[in-house]
Amino acid sequence: MDKHLISQIIFYFFAALTVASAAAVVFSGNLIRSAFALLFTFFGVAALYAFLGADFLAATQMVIYVGGILVLLLFGVMLTHKLYDLNLKAETFQVFPALVAVLAVFATLITFFLRTRWRAAGPQPDAPTTEAIGELLMKDYILPFEVASILLLLALIGAAMIVRRKSE
Amino acid sequence: MIGLQHYLVISAALFSLGVMGVLTRKNAVNVLMGVELILNSANLNLVAFSKYSAGNLSGQVFAIFIIVIAAAEAAVALAIVLSMYRIVKSVNLDRADTLKG
Repeated sequence: MDKHLISQIIFYFFAALTVASAAAVVFSGNLIRSAFALLFTFFGVAALYAFLGADFLAATQMVIYVGGILVLLLFGVMLTHKLYDLNLKAETFQVFPALVAVLAVFATLITFFLRTRWRAAGPQPDAPTTEAIGELLMKDYILPFEVASILLLLALIGAAMIVRRKSE
Repeated sequence: MIGLQHYLVISAALFSLGVMGVLTRKNAVNVLMGVELILNSANLNLVAFSKYSAGNLSGQVFAIFIIVIAAAEAAVALAIVLSMYRIVKSVNLDRADTLKG
């Protein structure tokens, strides 16, 4: 077997994993199962980043999404349900109209994605990206970088303020 | 060969599933999961275009900013969900109707 075929097989495996687990997130009837399916979606997207040669982003995705946001979401599930409430039913409503609307959106997106002739750059060599991204953040994108740090600080303070109990 | 189109199709599927989750779920935490799917699909698009269409790393830098915003959004949204749970004893979004006239 040549290298192209193997990498294609791996790509399709991760693509299928991503989409299937995302479907499980949306259609599963159990909150905890949705949260754990989301783990596989994040993992699959990280693998796709690795396929795109974005090594730093793949690592960031694993650390922040899987290690941070997913744990936060699980905290959210656990803290908003009684501990003895074992069947964490995830209720749904207006499934059929939503399905029709979403299928229309999906068809439109696919049509435009496949029919547009995107500008193509030449094949990029897969080089380590961390140093180049760090340089971009410190040179071209220094203002958004600082704004993002202030946003994180504000989110930290705001989240703590919102959940704080009112002192009598 | 795996090309740009493959990634675009995956991200379109992720986006549609995320919108589906936001539209149909009643549980606030579940809606947040849908939003995370949407943000991930946008990120995948940015990185794919960064490699195949732009040929530089700007798309990846934008993806990092989106991850930052997603983290901030998740923290604040879960804080809101927790305080909503404290007030109405439920995270069902139908119960968040205090502002309704």
